[in-house]
Amino acid sequence: MSTKPDTSSDTSSLVQVRDLSVHFALRGGSLARLFGRDTGTIKAVDGVNLELRPGEVVGLVGESGSGKSTLGRALLGLVPATQGSIHLRDQNVAELSRRRLREIRQVVQMVFQDPNAALNPSMQVEEAVGDALRVHGVRSTTERRTRVVEALERVGLSPVEHFLNKYPRDLSGGQKQRVVLARAIVLDPELLVADEPVSMLDMSVRAKILQLMLDLKNELGLTYVYITHDLATAKYFCDRIAIMYLGRVVEIGPAEEIFDHPRHPYTKALLAAIPEPDPDKMVPRDLPRGEIPDAAAPPLGCAFHPRCPEAVSGCGWESRDLRALVEQHWMRAGTAYDEEQDVIGDLDHLDTPATTATLGRGGSDRVRAVLDRIRAEDPHEPLWSGVTSIQPDGSGVTVRFQEADSPALRQAGGVDVACVLYPDSSSSPA
Amino acid sequence: MSIDLTDEVVGFSAQEPVISARDVRVWYGTTKGAIRAVDGVSFDLAPGETLGLVGESGCGKSTLGRGLMGLLPEGAKRDGEVLFRGRDIFSLSPKAAYQLRGRELGMIFQEPLTRLNPLMRISQHFEETIKQHEPDLSKDEIRNRALEVLRLMGIPPTRYRSYPHEFSGGMRQRLMIALTLVLRPAFVVADEPTTALDVLVEAQIVQILNDLRRNFQTSLLLITHNVGIVAEACDRVAVMYAGRIVEQGSVADVFKNPQHPYTRELLRSTISLTTTGLNYIPGAPPDLIDPPDGCRFHPRCPDAMNVCAAKDPVNIARPGGGRVECWLVGPEEEIPSAGRQALEQEELTVVDEA
Repeated sequence: MSTKPDTSSDTSSLVQVRDLSVHFALRGGSLARLFGRDTGTIKAVDGVNLELRPGEVVGLVGESGSGKSTLGRALLGLVPATQGSIHLRDQNVAELSRRRLREIRQVVQMVFQDPNAALNPSMQVEEAVGDALRVHGVRSTTERRTRVVEALERVGLSPVEHFLNKYPRDLSGGQKQRVVLARAIVLDPELLVADEPVSMLDMSVRAKILQLMLDLKNELGLTYVYITHDLATAKYFCDRIAIMYLGRVVEIGPAEEIFDHPRHPYTKALLAAIPEPDPDKMVPRDLPRGEIPDAAAPPLGCAFHPRCPEAVSGCGWESRDLRALVEQHWMRAGTAYDEEQDVIGDLDHLDTPATTATLGRGGSDRVRAVLDRIRAEDPHEPLWSGVTSIQPDGSGVTVRFQEADSPALRQAGGVDVACVLYPDSSSSPA
Repeated sequence: MSIDLTDEVVGFSAQEPVISARDVRVWYGTTKGAIRAVDGVSFDLAPGETLGLVGESGCGKSTLGRGLMGLLPEGAKRDGEVLFRGRDIFSLSPKAAYQLRGRELGMIFQEPLTRLNPLMRISQHFEETIKQHEPDLSKDEIRNRALEVLRLMGIPPTRYRSYPHEFSGGMRQRLMIALTLVLRPAFVVADEPTTALDVLVEAQIVQILNDLRRNFQTSLLLITHNVGIVAEACDRVAVMYAGRIVEQGSVADVFKNPQHPYTRELLRSTISLTTTGLNYIPGAPPDLIDPPDGCRFHPRCPDAMNVCAAKDPVNIARPGGGRVECWLVGPEEEIPSAGRQALEQEELTVVDEA
């Protein structure tokens, strides 16, 4: 089977996501609302394209806050799309009414992360699984029962009689997740969106539940969207993988290619950070610093650049990076924090993203000297290559940075990557 | 019962252990009977050494950690002997135990946000912690000490007067570690310190824990269910099953040549990037009110023999160093004549699944 991304023919695809954005407005405080101040939006999903072919397992991988769960929920119409379309065959899920959405859910079902929260504690297994049938108009109790029994057998909960009258509290973690799976397949769906289905389970049963999901896929011809932060299970489970960061897909392609030749620095970092149960293989020490940034004010340029170990001049350096660099300098042993802090002054104003940053209060020469000292500590720090000028400004200096756009997904090898290190390859077909 | 553990691991045997636990037991009273969550555990911890404690949920790992600290809930009882620098901490008066905690025995919990006071600045957290144990220190001295620890944890000094909510999840966990280490305790228990964190942040925290011995000479008991983290950050590993340590030794040797079938199966069921097949352990850890006779793992063990269901396994020296309790390893002379035959086991189904 050719796994080359093919955007021209979508007749064979089950789901076609085009330029999808899901934005959430921040409500802010009551004063901000009273004065109509703009309190900002969170771009949970920002311009994502994704195609699902029947029978495929597509992994959405990223840290918390990457937008992977929001994208998964959008496929079921559980969150409203701000922009773009989600075509399930010929219907646009993003535009359907509530009633029509309910019909869609006979085709698309979801498996949630925490089986304790996904099951109603006052419903016995039979009622919990059968409820989906009742909602979708299966009136006859005998038919409901037959189909519930069939679903429970499929997920391995046999003897079924032992489980039908059990409450969630009587079941172990693995058993509960099997009930959640039974509830998802009882309507005979074509697509399952599984959001971290094994991350709450003990190591000893994870493999068993993953195996069950693979069996169900083969027996029922299911298509999966597998949402996870764990590339190790994704490697085992997925045909194609989309790596997400702050609402965008940064690398997407066949699983094999992603694991054998990771291209985006974020993908490389995620792979390197997984601790192997082998004392001879150590996780490298040059992993990305920091954490996923605030989605309400994402970094300028490439969203990953503040953490990127391979960043270059054109990644979109800005005021907040300068703040981080100064703070990092003060974390080194033996720096004169108190004196330098006096020269540099307050850094909080640098938190407003901008490509010009003015800082310092102790005279431009002294501020410049502190910056030079920081630069001398690590002359290869890529931020400096993104600086276009440093000029005296009152009692401080103004630092100007090169402007940059967020890189778009471009073909590189067998995958698509959004990174300035992989510029447009001329061989890309029209 | 006393066990001689002096031949433990080459390289550490020369030093006097910081913690020396012998036959530690913890049980919880319930209406159905006593849950023997920790049932006869012995281990030593050398200065600056990190011991990883692994096992499935419900094997008594966290109970052991809290038991050592004396932080058990009401209704729990503990027994045995834990020598801290030669002093039995289990027989201390409540007041003496309170003074030891924090200053000499530290604990790092799983959820940092629930352990930080949202109304107090980070500076106040440090002032409170340090004043409690060293009331004579001035504010400036406290600040210098706190900034020094924060620096090692990768938190810039500019954040000293921030509130907990202004930090990200990984930063909060580093704050918790800093608050524990600022008193320079000799022994720290870290209970699943990375479970709620993302992969990249987890790797950062594991590296910090890994550097503890160099920066603080602290002995660490690292409780985790992730064998990858043990391989990354620990010198020795203790595998816990149903309230007992079934195998312990150096990480390198235990992971390369697991002697106990439970250790082997636990390693095999871990999904890592080098995984080529899905493996799992059938069944679930037993009910600790009435655990199985003989070896507690025998109903789930793929290598179970007749003797395993009949006689308690004996704690013996492990080939390659350390201790193990499994009849497959021996002692040969105590196995009855037909004891080596394969045990007829009941099939484990989903009904028994964890």
